[in-house]
Amino acid sequence: MNYVLRKLGFYAVALWAAVTLNFLIPRLLPGNPVDILLAKLQQRGGTVTPETREAYSALLGGDTTDSLLAQYGTYLANLLRGDLGVSVTYFPTPVNEVIGTSMPWTVVLVGIATVLAATIGVLLGAFVGWRPGTWLDSAVPLTTLLAAVPYFWLALVLVYLLSRVLGWFPSQGGYDVVLDPGWSPEFIASAVEYGFVPALTIVIASIGGWLLGMRNMMVSTLSEDYVLTARAKGLPQGQILRSYAARNAVLPSVAGFAISLGFVVSGSVVTEQVFSYPGIGSRLLAAVTNNDYALMQGVFLFITLAVLGANLVVDLLYGLIDPRTRAKA
Amino acid sequence: MTNTGPDVRVAVDGPGGPIEAPAPGPAAAADLPARPGGTGTRPRAAWRLLLPSMTPWLAAGLVLVAGVVLLGVVGPWVVGDPDAISDTGLAGPSGEHWLGTTQTGQDVLAQLAHATRGSLQIGLLVGVLATVLSAFFGIYGAYLGGVADEAFSLLSNVFLVIPGLPLVIVISGFVPRESRGLWTIAVVLALTSWAASARVLRAQTLSVRNRDYVAASRLSGEKPWRVIAVEILPNLLPVLASQFVYAVIAAILGEAGLSFLGLGASNASTLGTMLFYAQNGFALPLGAWWWFVPPGLVIALFGMGLSLINFSIDEIINPRLKNARTARRRARAAQRAAGRTEVAR
Repeated sequence: MNYVLRKLGFYAVALWAAVTLNFLIPRLLPGNPVDILLAKLQQRGGTVTPETREAYSALLGGDTTDSLLAQYGTYLANLLRGDLGVSVTYFPTPVNEVIGTSMPWTVVLVGIATVLAATIGVLLGAFVGWRPGTWLDSAVPLTTLLAAVPYFWLALVLVYLLSRVLGWFPSQGGYDVVLDPGWSPEFIASAVEYGFVPALTIVIASIGGWLLGMRNMMVSTLSEDYVLTARAKGLPQGQILRSYAARNAVLPSVAGFAISLGFVVSGSVVTEQVFSYPGIGSRLLAAVTNNDYALMQGVFLFITLAVLGANLVVDLLYGLIDPRTRAKA
Repeated sequence: MTNTGPDVRVAVDGPGGPIEAPAPGPAAAADLPARPGGTGTRPRAAWRLLLPSMTPWLAAGLVLVAGVVLLGVVGPWVVGDPDAISDTGLAGPSGEHWLGTTQTGQDVLAQLAHATRGSLQIGLLVGVLATVLSAFFGIYGAYLGGVADEAFSLLSNVFLVIPGLPLVIVISGFVPRESRGLWTIAVVLALTSWAASARVLRAQTLSVRNRDYVAASRLSGEKPWRVIAVEILPNLLPVLASQFVYAVIAAILGEAGLSFLGLGASNASTLGTMLFYAQNGFALPLGAWWWFVPPGLVIALFGMGLSLINFSIDEIINPRLKNARTARRRARAAQRAAGRTEVAR
């Protein structure tokens, strides 16, 4: 169980680093975020009491006389109590609530799209790598085009083709606004319809990396002795492909999940802007354009939390499927 | 963002070289006369081994990259003023305006050339900065070993799992617009993108530093910087080159995303800013595909060209990949030759 402990320790350190970055960024950069924030708050009709000012100072730094360390303590304490401040953009909703309503949209969209892209990409990569040197294999470098396409641009092109020219899918939003959000079948159907193009964007843009990684590992694995042995034993080709080659070749793809997920999340944050999708990316951008620093920090913290959580789960799974990681620990 | 990064590199660690199932000896021998020059070719000069051998994909990559660089470097001199306004707004591609015009009648091709220059600039800048950072943390840490290595490697792993672009967005959001210059954006992008290559460089350095000649050089009392620069670095050059190429792609993509959101450098015009104006000028609802398709296409083709070049660099890093390719070619030629002899019989 040493492996599990080490992984937990690492993600604890990563989480601490993210929280500390969040604390340091507004304090180290030029400008006085608290003043801008309070000015915005007054514009929106909020009353600025000394307590509000103090609360925002604890979050963002500024005109306090406390030492940096004392500020850090207050910041962490507020964080532990789940107090992320009040959003200015969606005044007077607390940041927690804004994130709570938008997070599921992004998690479901990115989650489904990533699982689809990984599954399809790995399967295709396994088949392409199984027979190196065929015309299909020679076409593999073409996938680099997909990997180099900016997510949001692909989204623009897909919206243009599928929504504007063909008119198959709606181009904006996350659901039909006449429906009430809930678990009704109509609402879910509408969410699926609106989410199709965003999901397609993420799948197309991220599938190339999975395919290429799997294909390369497949080619390497095929030259291993145990594959030769399996062939010499006269095992059926399908069994060699599934149980000997692909099973071992997929490991680095699983281990590389962390890096891929970071890219996908980064890409989808920008993509949400194209679709005006009601997810966390749109909230982050709304926060940035409105100088809503409290919301900005909260969103970044939650995105990081989600990415770290997903990575932890995959890392723990990796420990299960690859016994070597446990033996080494 | 992109997946071009570490996924692609997976093959470097493992032994390449697929098994060509039907590769019987006689067939391979039958191939020999077919090769021009046969075994009598002169051995290649040592420095030539550092250059990738020409393949169709490498040629395609070079052509793509050269085309985009030409557009960015020479283009701005040839095309007109990108900001000149005319009364032919939102006109499709025509003889006068090859790529049509924007909402305010600006020539899209002229804008594209200038924007490409801006994107290349920032890509190059961030590429250099990120490579220097990753070289420092990756190579120096691995050379020192011990606690320093552990600390550097933990740092790069942490930076690897923290999602890059949201962090960049938050940082850019806190920097006031006036002070958000080209260099600020470049430094922020470099700070958030060095981690993956630092890990690759660390792995390579760890294998190089244990070789005998490095130990000999250390024992003879060479200074650390000299051991790194003279004994270790030359072995890492191909890896550094390929990491640099990936850093350039990632930087151009990252900057495009940032500018598309209106968070880019306030004094630069890049392909991302062009897409930002296209999106805010309602290019999409108005159906002006000539406005928003070219900038993204330039990014994608440039990135593809660089990736293709990187495949060839990978073959220098891992000669097994190259052997695999030549083996495949020979096996194919042998099969063809075998087929011919059978027909002749």
